[in-house]
Amino acid sequence: MSTEHSGTDTGRAEREGREDTEGSRKDTEDTDVSGGAGTETAEGSAETVEAASETPDAAPPPPLEAHDLTAELPAAPEPRSARFVRELTNGSAAITVLAIFAALVIGAILIVVTDKSTLDALPYFFARPTDTFKAIGSAVGGGYAALFRGGIYDYSQSSFSGGIESLLHSLSFATPLIAAGIGIGIGFRAAVFNIGGQGQMLAGGAVAGWLAYALPIPAILHIPVAVIAALVGGAVAAGIAGVLKATTGAHEVIVTIMLNYIAFYLLGYLLTNVLKAPGSNNPISRPALQSAIFPGTTGGLNIGFAIVVALTIFASWLMNRSSLGFHFRAVGENPSAAKVAGISVKRVTVIVMIVSGAFVGFAGAYQVLGQTTTGFTNALDAGIGFNAITVALLGRNKPWGIFWAGILFGVFQSGGYTMQAAQGIDIDIVLVIQSVIVLFIAAPPLVRAIFRMPEPGHHRTRKAVHTAAVRTGAAA
Amino acid sequence: MRLELRGITKRFGALVANDHIDLSIEPGEIHCILGENGAGKTTLMNMLYGLLSIDEGEIVIDGVVQHFTSPRDAMRAGIGMVHQHFMLVPVFTVAENVILGHEQTRFAGHLDMAAARVRVKEIAAQFGFHIDPDARIEDLPVGVQQRVEIIKALALDAQVLVFDEPTAVLTPQETDELMAIMRQLRDSGRAIVFITHKLREVREVADRITVVRLGKVVGSVSPGASDAEMASMMVGRAVELTVVKDPPKLGDAALVVEDVSLADRNHVPVLDHISFTVRRGEILAIAGVQGNGQTELVETLFGMKKDASGVATIDGRNLLGIGAREAIRAGVGFVPEDRQEDGLVGEFTIAENLMLNRSSGPPFVRHGSLQLRFRRKFADQKIREFDVRTPSATTRARQLSGGNQQKVVLARELSRDLRLLIAAQPTRGLDVGSIEFVHQRIIAARDEGVPVVMVSTELDEVTALADRIAVMYRGTIVGIVPPDTPRDVLGLMMAGAPVDGPRQAA
Repeated sequence: MSTEHSGTDTGRAEREGREDTEGSRKDTEDTDVSGGAGTETAEGSAETVEAASETPDAAPPPPLEAHDLTAELPAAPEPRSARFVRELTNGSAAITVLAIFAALVIGAILIVVTDKSTLDALPYFFARPTDTFKAIGSAVGGGYAALFRGGIYDYSQSSFSGGIESLLHSLSFATPLIAAGIGIGIGFRAAVFNIGGQGQMLAGGAVAGWLAYALPIPAILHIPVAVIAALVGGAVAAGIAGVLKATTGAHEVIVTIMLNYIAFYLLGYLLTNVLKAPGSNNPISRPALQSAIFPGTTGGLNIGFAIVVALTIFASWLMNRSSLGFHFRAVGENPSAAKVAGISVKRVTVIVMIVSGAFVGFAGAYQVLGQTTTGFTNALDAGIGFNAITVALLGRNKPWGIFWAGILFGVFQSGGYTMQAAQGIDIDIVLVIQSVIVLFIAAPPLVRAIFRMPEPGHHRTRKAVHTAAVRTGAAA
Repeated sequence: MRLELRGITKRFGALVANDHIDLSIEPGEIHCILGENGAGKTTLMNMLYGLLSIDEGEIVIDGVVQHFTSPRDAMRAGIGMVHQHFMLVPVFTVAENVILGHEQTRFAGHLDMAAARVRVKEIAAQFGFHIDPDARIEDLPVGVQQRVEIIKALALDAQVLVFDEPTAVLTPQETDELMAIMRQLRDSGRAIVFITHKLREVREVADRITVVRLGKVVGSVSPGASDAEMASMMVGRAVELTVVKDPPKLGDAALVVEDVSLADRNHVPVLDHISFTVRRGEILAIAGVQGNGQTELVETLFGMKKDASGVATIDGRNLLGIGAREAIRAGVGFVPEDRQEDGLVGEFTIAENLMLNRSSGPPFVRHGSLQLRFRRKFADQKIREFDVRTPSATTRARQLSGGNQQKVVLARELSRDLRLLIAAQPTRGLDVGSIEFVHQRIIAARDEGVPVVMVSTELDEVTALADRIAVMYRGTIVGIVPPDTPRDVLGLMMAGAPVDGPRQAA
């Protein structure tokens, strides 16, 4: 998994400049709870929204992994209380909270073993153990407090607007991740593996960036034109893979990966020869005209986030309420049945790719019109094209799930800089902690195994039986 | 060798697949385990064969408690199994398959094939089979392949032989031969466990019959019991075994198939100049042993085979190569043979599956938007009408039993205005109750004047439903005969023997 830092150079410099390094200490406990609970409600409400939009007047569907055999038995209603307890222990909300808890524990260990003052205190542990514990406490507590201050609310600031700037910053980091994540997630739902986020962002971003400096028109037109062009750019880049898959059977994973290289080097060529800003020695374009730049707040949050909220609402409608989304899901779940039902799998493959690419294209537009408006390079994607895959998986490929997953990533990214700057925690360790959290959230069976939770749909009394055996039995 | 199962229990989550099952299996006896699909027969045998772990209870052989963790343990204890789906390597010879996993080697790992050949011949001679130890499995007919499975078990000196639904893939004649082999094995002092849901076979060979229902032993019946007795015990209520239907009210020829041919990827013909017509209000049953072109025929009629040649029209409208979408639009209803693979999207809800092939326009979609309220109402109505046993319309299809899944498929297909209904193996793997229901629905469609093409490998079903029977063998139609054609004649036709003139009922 690549959880590479995706902030642009300017973004990073800006963050680090803003950090206050006095490093106020706070209880780890506090950070723990607020962080955990925040994400829980996030995940929880995402689930609810999904369920509600899919089946307005029904109970939420069972979790995806549920090999629920109880339905085989006609009408065996479980007592409400028992069901509540089971859902509480098995539900994804509990999993998410525990995943974050487990990851924070592991993260704490990592912070401790890499913390210099702890290591210094360790040799005389038996003489003065309190020193070691103090060092551990301040390293872990300070680290997570910094994560909170940088990612959610900076309580060291005097004013609310100053404090909340952390969150605004997180949201601005989250914006392109959400857009690209939804694009990739839509692909996953239709069993199309779009690994070409990078290439599609480059295509969309380059088109938007070019129009941003080359097209002198009023803002009211400039932003929509540039954004729509980016959507088209991303859609075309992805559409190539879709068409190739549908017509020749070329696997989209290979094609999209190779298109990443093609886009990267082609844009590199164009930037050194055609698009290069006059007077610059670097392959970088001219800066965007003011009329094309997303208007926003000082915290870095701009209209791009509002657009992404709208895109999420649209994606949710598309996947759950539209005929097209129905086709996407049918093809994704069972292409043979879809084919027998008269749905053209090839046509759906092409359309999915185009839609997926358009969403990713917006992430490209955001990078050049909302993030780094001082000219784009062929690194404008900043790793988002790949991180979006993780975000999509974390969000269970559902638009609102991805929305919250993207925000979680944004918080980590924004808070990670603070952890580094305020606590001197190695940025690599910050990234390792982030990766561990994602690993735990993305792999519920792992968390279940650690906390010895029963598999969903299976009662506690059941002995451990291999899943294959369960399937054999179910088929029998 | 005396085998006893004591209080065997197996749970899959909340589902108790086997609930304290007690069985004793005596040497020199054919012991039938009779039960519907899903009654827990296969689960029980998988535990006996070491494929599944036992939650409670024990397996006892000659007074010694056994602990099987793998089929190897079971084999070593003298238990052999002939699986429903053969466990043979198609490109290996008979002898190679027989020694597979128990290879005798001479020095330096050199396989002792000569010994294996001798062993195969010995066993074959003992039971009067004719089998060439050097024949490749893929070249052998299915019935012979099954004998290889039997030899394989006997080569390990199995004293208890378990046959799991062994007749599903056989012609009636092959079935008779298998019965004879089973009797011979019994007479040699071995114990036979015969798992089936077919009453006819049970009555023919069983010495003892144990009926299993919903994971429990519900009792024993004597082999002399009537079909109705056995069936009602198996299902738990009185069952209508015969399908009641009025004489057909035949209309015009609706489906006309002329000279339809189709070759597979290797240019081997899989459909060879097929011709027939089906009239409105008529059921044409396509009989035949599995794999003789039935699957390809129905897919061709559903427009899914692009390179089929010939003519196939419904009410004058071409069907060949038009694709599923157009076939649906032309009013063809299709119940695919593999409902889980082709008929349903398992992760979709019942309601979603009910709109699966009408997902592009009214009534389920308007202006690109799903009409959820309509879909919900429609689903609730169909669930009632087709007696789908489910907690709600939002239950996922994969969570339903086979019978209920098939009801969903039927409900979807029969709620369109049909000009033709194609039903491929519509009752395969279903419980008796669901079979009755599916049969009634197909007959109801026929009585409304829809021409029906039904493919089935079960002769009972064919003769019960058909107004005419077309028998397929190796991609051709051997003959089209009336439904009262004797079983043995049908059996011969299924093996490729042409029919004499007067029986032809084209």
